[in-house]
Amino acid sequence: MNSQTKTIVITTVVTVIALVVGFILLMPVFGPRFMHPIMSRYMHGNSNSVVSNDLDTSAERLTNNGTFNVSFKSELDPITIGSMHSWVLHVETADGQPVERATIFVDGGMPEHGHGLPTAPQVTQDLGNGDYLVEGLKFQMGGWWEVKFNITADGTEDNVTFNLIVGG
Amino acid sequence: MTKRYFILTGILLTLSAGILFGCGAQPTAWTDAEVEILQSLWIGSLPALEPDPSNQYADDELAIALGEKLFADTRFSSNGKVACATCHVAEKDFQDGLPRAQGVGTTNRRAMPIAGTAYSPWFFWDGRKDSQWAQALGPLESAVEHGGTRTQYVKLIGAFYKDEYEAVFGALPDFSDASRFPEPAAPVSDEAAAANWEAMTAEDREAVTRVYVNMGKTIAAYERTIMPGESRFDQYVKSILANDSAAAETILSDDEIAGLKLFIGEANCTRCHNGALFTDNDFHNTGVPAIENLPEDTGRALGAQQVLADEFNCLSVYSDAAPEDCSGLKFMLTEGEALERAYKPPSLRDVAQRAPYMHAGQFTTLEGVLSHYNEAPAAPMGHTELELLHLSEAQLTQIVAFLKTLSSIK
Repeated sequence: MNSQTKTIVITTVVTVIALVVGFILLMPVFGPRFMHPIMSRYMHGNSNSVVSNDLDTSAERLTNNGTFNVSFKSELDPITIGSMHSWVLHVETADGQPVERATIFVDGGMPEHGHGLPTAPQVTQDLGNGDYLVEGLKFQMGGWWEVKFNITADGTEDNVTFNLIVGG
Repeated sequence: MTKRYFILTGILLTLSAGILFGCGAQPTAWTDAEVEILQSLWIGSLPALEPDPSNQYADDELAIALGEKLFADTRFSSNGKVACATCHVAEKDFQDGLPRAQGVGTTNRRAMPIAGTAYSPWFFWDGRKDSQWAQALGPLESAVEHGGTRTQYVKLIGAFYKDEYEAVFGALPDFSDASRFPEPAAPVSDEAAAANWEAMTAEDREAVTRVYVNMGKTIAAYERTIMPGESRFDQYVKSILANDSAAAETILSDDEIAGLKLFIGEANCTRCHNGALFTDNDFHNTGVPAIENLPEDTGRALGAQQVLADEFNCLSVYSDAAPEDCSGLKFMLTEGEALERAYKPPSLRDVAQRAPYMHAGQFTTLEGVLSHYNEAPAAPMGHTELELLHLSEAQLTQIVAFLKTLSSIK
């Protein structure tokens, strides 16, 4: 290797190192703006939750012990942040027969933030044919919410949890 | 060879300069999800104000005009010196800049701002009232705020505002018989006033309370008109939504934009400060320190019980709402640890002009507030919803810079 080639190689290496070091040193000046959003999300554990793609957000689910098949229809679609609204919950047996005169309790919250619902929603009407009116639902922040129903009919109790992604 | 060496060095220098300066000047890239959040915070996203079912006079021009006068009239107090406007000063964004409000005495809480509260389902820091008119009546009979009684006030209406009152509500009853309408008289803690009130007939008490409620409804009608103005932040979002990022960059500085990014991102601010008014109107325990020598303050835990029992709530006979319009009250959370020392987040619009901060003015600066949120100390009662943020001083400063962009352009 002649001396000129050597000089070029050394200069190249030094310049690249200077560039990389300079870039790292100047990172605070660029700020997080320079980072790709994906990178910044992982670096800071972004609070806008990265909910797993496996999360089942379907509006029809079988209760935990398979007793009831439950579905809901929201008065608001999509559900907007901070709006009080109601749902119609439909309860049927696993083989599709409507379940009437069920006793239903509502609960829920944001699993990632460890808090419950901001309101106390209730089943206010048995609409017949396995339909129940659930009033007083409100989700005051965007993200992953759970709405849980405890259902008792003909002496059998079972639970179901619906997952919602509110606000996009 | 020397020539090639120079060319190579030249290329490298150009590249490095390009990376260093080019990236530094690159306009902020917002993801689609972030743009959606920005839009939700934008004042243009504030929906049209819906009628207040509990107040049929809420949008009545004459009621608004009367309410504005009552709001500023110091005669409606025990010492003739306190009006709503005493603590809600128009020039100071309808607050007083004091840690705890000063009426005829000193209250235990900070005076709240009014702009945009017509959108709120709950009033006061603890939500112990569920309408603007019911809220307006609270301080009037508070022993440390206006300090007077409803019987005194309805007589003042007769003396100074009879025509204006009657133009909105019809005939004003005659309250001149001092034996039937003694002063002071109201269902308050003051023993003499309470005793006088009890001695009145049910019909007379009802007549007084009706007029008193109507006063509240006019004050609320006026307060409904108080709204925040467009801010630099709103202008910025407008440019972003128009895909004019070059214009956007001239509206906010790099630090302000970085602060905004933190606000909607890792600083978690939008968990509670969301929507175009930057409040979710719910109640949160953020571990704000208790003030020594003040009575125990349980926040929403007590406020929830008070609004349920309130003589002026949505379901009361004085409310114009049908029971089905009272879902906020009917389905409210009434118990649980989440309510302990939980307070309503005020709107952050114009927040920079509203020091000191928190429900009893615990922090004198926004920097103090931000460092509290960053450190997430344990709550004096109940559990704080805050989580350690691990933000740097520089980042906290950027968030403060962003908060200052929420000031209305006068």
